[in-house]
Amino acid sequence: MTNPTLAAGAVERHLRARRDTGRGLLMPYVTGGITPGWTDYLRAFAAAGADAIEVGLPFSDPTLDGVTIQRAGDTALARGASTRRILADLSGVPDLGVPLVASTYYNLVLHDGPEAFCAALRRAGVGGLIVPDLPVHEADELTGAAAAAGIELVLLASPATPRPRLAEISRRSRGFVYAVSLMGTTGERAALAASAAELTERIRHVTDRPVLLGFGISTPDQAREARRHADGVVVGAAVMRRVLDGAGPDDLRAFLATLRQALDQECD
Amino acid sequence: MRDVLPGREPVPPDGTMGVPQARGRFGEYGGRYAPESLVEACREVDEAFRAAWADPGFRGALARLLAVYAGRPTPLTPAHRLSEALGVRLYLKREDLTHTGSHKINNVLGQALLATRMGRRRLIAETGAGQHGVATATAAALLGLEATVFMGERDIERQALNVFRMRMLGAEVVPVTAGSRTLKDATSEAMRHWVGATGDSHYCIGSVVGPDPYPWMVREFQRVIGDEARGQCAAELRTGVPDHVVACVGGGSNAAGTFAGFADTPARLVGVEAEGGAGAARGRLGVMHGCRSLFLQDDDGQIIQAHSIAAGLDYPGVGPEHAHLRDLGRARYVTVTDDEAVGAAVRLARTEGIVPALESAHALAWVIRAAGDGDLPAGSTVLMTLSGRGDKDASTLKELL
Ligand SMILES: Cc1ncc(COP(=O)(O)O)c(C=O)c1O
Repeated sequence: MTNPTLAAGAVERHLRARRDTGRGLLMPYVTGGITPGWTDYLRAFAAAGADAIEVGLPFSDPTLDGVTIQRAGDTALARGASTRRILADLSGVPDLGVPLVASTYYNLVLHDGPEAFCAALRRAGVGGLIVPDLPVHEADELTGAAAAAGIELVLLASPATPRPRLAEISRRSRGFVYAVSLMGTTGERAALAASAAELTERIRHVTDRPVLLGFGISTPDQAREARRHADGVVVGAAVMRRVLDGAGPDDLRAFLATLRQALDQECD
Repeated sequence: MRDVLPGREPVPPDGTMGVPQARGRFGEYGGRYAPESLVEACREVDEAFRAAWADPGFRGALARLLAVYAGRPTPLTPAHRLSEALGVRLYLKREDLTHTGSHKINNVLGQALLATRMGRRRLIAETGAGQHGVATATAAALLGLEATVFMGERDIERQALNVFRMRMLGAEVVPVTAGSRTLKDATSEAMRHWVGATGDSHYCIGSVVGPDPYPWMVREFQRVIGDEARGQCAAELRTGVPDHVVACVGGGSNAAGTFAGFADTPARLVGVEAEGGAGAARGRLGVMHGCRSLFLQDDDGQIIQAHSIAAGLDYPGVGPEHAHLRDLGRARYVTVTDDEAVGAAVRLARTEGIVPALESAHALAWVIRAAGDGDLPAGSTVLMTLSGRGDKDASTLKELL
């Protein structure tokens, strides 16, 4: 392996190592192919102190996304984005020292078949995968292919997940456990949902894997509060709204720096 | 008992159109590909449906509503003049005569009763033609529930009558502006809404699509069409069972309900899709709206927008059980064009005095074509489900005729 972040289990090792130093983890999201030079956002995210970066592979019918990420996906698709082109773009990006985690809907995984899909991710330097419409009881078909290709399949837990299922999700998830902070779609919210604390508490009870809270986290204050419960945060719609409004990599770097700072303060 | 005629399909193995296999599977299709936030809600619906369906009290209450409110059983009408012209014996299962004017009411009364039993106070629905939305608004009014119906903007324009009916019935109609602004996008939006409303709302899906248990549950609520027709055919036909059983397929609920009554007979099952929405005939394996099935997709795996003059058939996928019946060779899926459907609607109006919904007219268009080209041999008996009445399509037809 030339790229150390690509070794099997590398995403999780990277996140655990950073967490264990007391650092609050930050995983910003960008929709692949959103602008012609979209990979510049990845560099900006890494420079702002991201611990992992989520790259969305846009799908025509994103049933778990709110308007912002829907609009980002539509924009990228209208520009001609596809899994193949986005992964080709990623192959041209030098190692950022930060693991890349792809996220997409299961139809795009099935399109070429789980083996070919995971192999293509791996070739593009992606280490993890999130599939929001693939719950744990349907995941068998993908877990084997992902493991074989060295892709860490991240599973999601929600406030409605009962305890035994939560244990299974935490056990079978790789990389980290994605805690969906609220019963809703992606999108900015005015406050961190009350369900976030309880869910992270319940996940912690059954695993020591890193736990990242996502959905709705939009501001430094919310990131700081989330950090009190979880190992870190995923920030999607708050990033993509800015991108859709024309913010460039430097603007996003500045925005993410405020989140980075909030997460760092919380651990002082 | 009649002899098996040459060229007939073998009677399928036991269990075809019975309870799905483990994890909600119909062969390799089906399943519960729901976001984790909806998995528990699906499990609750599954548990409640299994209990209700095994409870004679629930079944009795539903049967009574279907009889005294929805107007069941619906008649089996011999289409005399059209039969003579086509050289076949065509019988129409008259779902257009139910209260609200389509088969959608069968499923909705079942799900609305289930929702009450589960303590839900609101129904969420998607709608294309508006028939499922009207049925949902109706059942909600009847049982004292609230109703929120998601409908694509394009469908709101072309099915204005049904939008008015829903509002008249007290439902909230939410326009969906995403994507093709039709049924596919209304379904996505309804699912998104359900994620945030599982506590007090039941998602009343209108066809045999969605995560397990919906494809199975909706088929069971619709099988009353096939069960009634089976008995009516037994009384009406010398042969007891028709040679062909035909229904239109959007998601596939009226077809599934009809086929369920004949799956264990030698009858040939034919599902008729819109040329521009042929999930079963031309889709490829995929996952959307919670289930694994066949969907129209481009070379990158993006779902293709369907196009049909019939809003209820304007859907790029098909229910998982139809995908399975297709693979088994137990049912056949064919397509007809917008023009053929409009022609069939006019013909039925003028020969039998029945104005069909444009969806149902697709089934008839195939019968007309197949009788002409020998696909339906002269003298065949054909049962066709007339899924709904055509009032809602007046504005579309007015522009064409
Ligand atoms: C009259 C009528 N027939 C058929 C359909 C198609 O649905 P399905 O394939 O589920 O029967 C609709 C849907 O809106 C409808 O209104």
